[in-house]
Amino acid sequence: MNLNKVLKGLLVAVPVLTLAACSSTDEVAATDANTGANTNQVVEQGLSAEELLRQQLEALRQDNTIYFDFDKSEIRSEFASVLEAHAAFLRARTNITVTVEGHTDARGTPEYNIALGERRGQSVTQYLANLGVAAGQMSVVSYGEEKPAVEGNDESAFSKNRRAVLVY
Amino acid sequence: MLKLIGKSLVAFALVLSAKSYASLEIVITDGVDSARPVAIVPFKFEGNTLPNQRIADIVSADLMRSGKFNPIATTRMPQQPTNSKEIDYQRWMKQGVEAVVTGTIREVGVNRYAVRFELVDVFKGASGGGSSSAIIGGQLTTGLSHILDARETTISGDQFRQYAHRISDIVYEKLTGERGAFLTKIAYVLVRERADFKYQLVVADYDGENEQVLLRAKEPLMSPAWSPDGTKLAYVTFEKRQSQIYIQDIYTGRRSILTSFKGINGAPKWSPDGRRMAMVLSKDGNAEIYVMDIATKALTKLTNHRRIDTEPSWSPDGSKLIFSSERGGNPQIYSVNVASGVTERVTFEGEMNLAASYTPDGSGIVMVNRTNGQYNIARMDVESRYLQVLTRTYLDESPSIAPNGSMIIYSTLYGSSQVLALVSMDGRFKARLPAANGRVKSPAWSPFL
Repeated sequence: MNLNKVLKGLLVAVPVLTLAACSSTDEVAATDANTGANTNQVVEQGLSAEELLRQQLEALRQDNTIYFDFDKSEIRSEFASVLEAHAAFLRARTNITVTVEGHTDARGTPEYNIALGERRGQSVTQYLANLGVAAGQMSVVSYGEEKPAVEGNDESAFSKNRRAVLVY
Repeated sequence: MLKLIGKSLVAFALVLSAKSYASLEIVITDGVDSARPVAIVPFKFEGNTLPNQRIADIVSADLMRSGKFNPIATTRMPQQPTNSKEIDYQRWMKQGVEAVVTGTIREVGVNRYAVRFELVDVFKGASGGGSSSAIIGGQLTTGLSHILDARETTISGDQFRQYAHRISDIVYEKLTGERGAFLTKIAYVLVRERADFKYQLVVADYDGENEQVLLRAKEPLMSPAWSPDGTKLAYVTFEKRQSQIYIQDIYTGRRSILTSFKGINGAPKWSPDGRRMAMVLSKDGNAEIYVMDIATKALTKLTNHRRIDTEPSWSPDGSKLIFSSERGGNPQIYSVNVASGVTERVTFEGEMNLAASYTPDGSGIVMVNRTNGQYNIARMDVESRYLQVLTRTYLDESPSIAPNGSMIIYSTLYGSSQVLALVSMDGRFKARLPAANGRVKSPAWSPFL
């Protein structure tokens, strides 16, 4: 199946929020490359509401990952501005939902890490809730250590895998 | 990555009897000096169509990886007798061999083979055998005490491997007094980074042969757990972008959903009577231990603490669950009485203890212990609380105990990949089962089948 064709079809046929489910930067790149023609047309007529939303989501996806210390789920202060940006968007777009995926590094057991990943996800949703995002717009899914962002078993890999990702 | 295409795209496939290509081969990394020398003499074949499985090799490999025996190489055998009468006991004595297995395979029809074997005690044989009135093996009554067992059975061509494991079970039990576990299976999750269906739930013979892929999925599969009768697996999937617990029949492939609550649906473990499932749910906001009646789906909540509670495992009599809890700070093992809810702490040693399970006789608890930042498999004696770290491998997790309590299979890091490894309950024998292709994790040893 040609993913690009599918994506293109979706953009035409389905409201843009369907894109919420797409997560990796690869997919974002693929979308970009393929919808160039579309975008230009829209721009000529001025930004439509859908196009504006698309651009906002794209910007948020560029910066959607919160990293954590080992065995910790507290939000580090350096991620405050990222979460504020997501919160502002979600407050303004109450019809949009976000899934926060919680992840851990490979240390510890898979079951413990599922619980730890969930706690990280909940830290993020709690933080967003404190910034005024409605609980109904947010959900958490923990993948524990099952879906590492990078392969490898040293601290540099571990630190990239201890994360929560906001997925629209 | 195709998530956005939605539910219409079926993100999993049920596959039965499909062969995957990740055969686990065993590498013994730590032998036992005191392993008892035995000899499995190549079976003599009488017939035209040579079977493609060599019984003596399979039995030797079984006994070797039990850690208790050291089967000598064919080249070191002083002779190759085909039955007990041909054995020159003095020569085997000189070789230091304790016991000899001899056998013959006769082709008796189309795809039918009569397999006969004898297990002989060399020391008793050397001292003249001596007669006995005991009926041995139920089939042949040789009446000689140096013949520990002797049987003849007719099998078909595809049963050689299975029957060889049966012979191993008999030899092991006669020589150790403990039931053999060579006819058991393991379930595990195979992860192949570049495969279309990246996650596979696999069931194989305990030695990695006869792999059968039960499920292929694009999203993670976790936590396979055997039903006590060995016919079903419970496991966790993320096919629907959330965790769910399924039960699948390993023979029909049919599966049914058990739980799909908001949050975590994890760590299923069947009760010893097969009627209840212990599990972890976070539907009320936090990971807690529950027991579900499988028939009625009625839930009983056994923990209630704002810190993490996970990894329930039943005591052999089904009266208690042990589990990992952070309630005291770092994760340690606790136990809860299923009827009364009374909870007590079980482990106190080490920075962390996780993933505990009772040995089949209830005398020990096997777990993942973290000491000085190293995650290793450990065994604690229940009476004395003495905790012994059994492994020296890296990032050990998911220990699962053989039904006879002799061996633990677990997942560990070797090189840059996750592999399965074995360690004997006393920690003296160690082996690795690297997969040819992919990462292997979450092993679960079957009950006796």
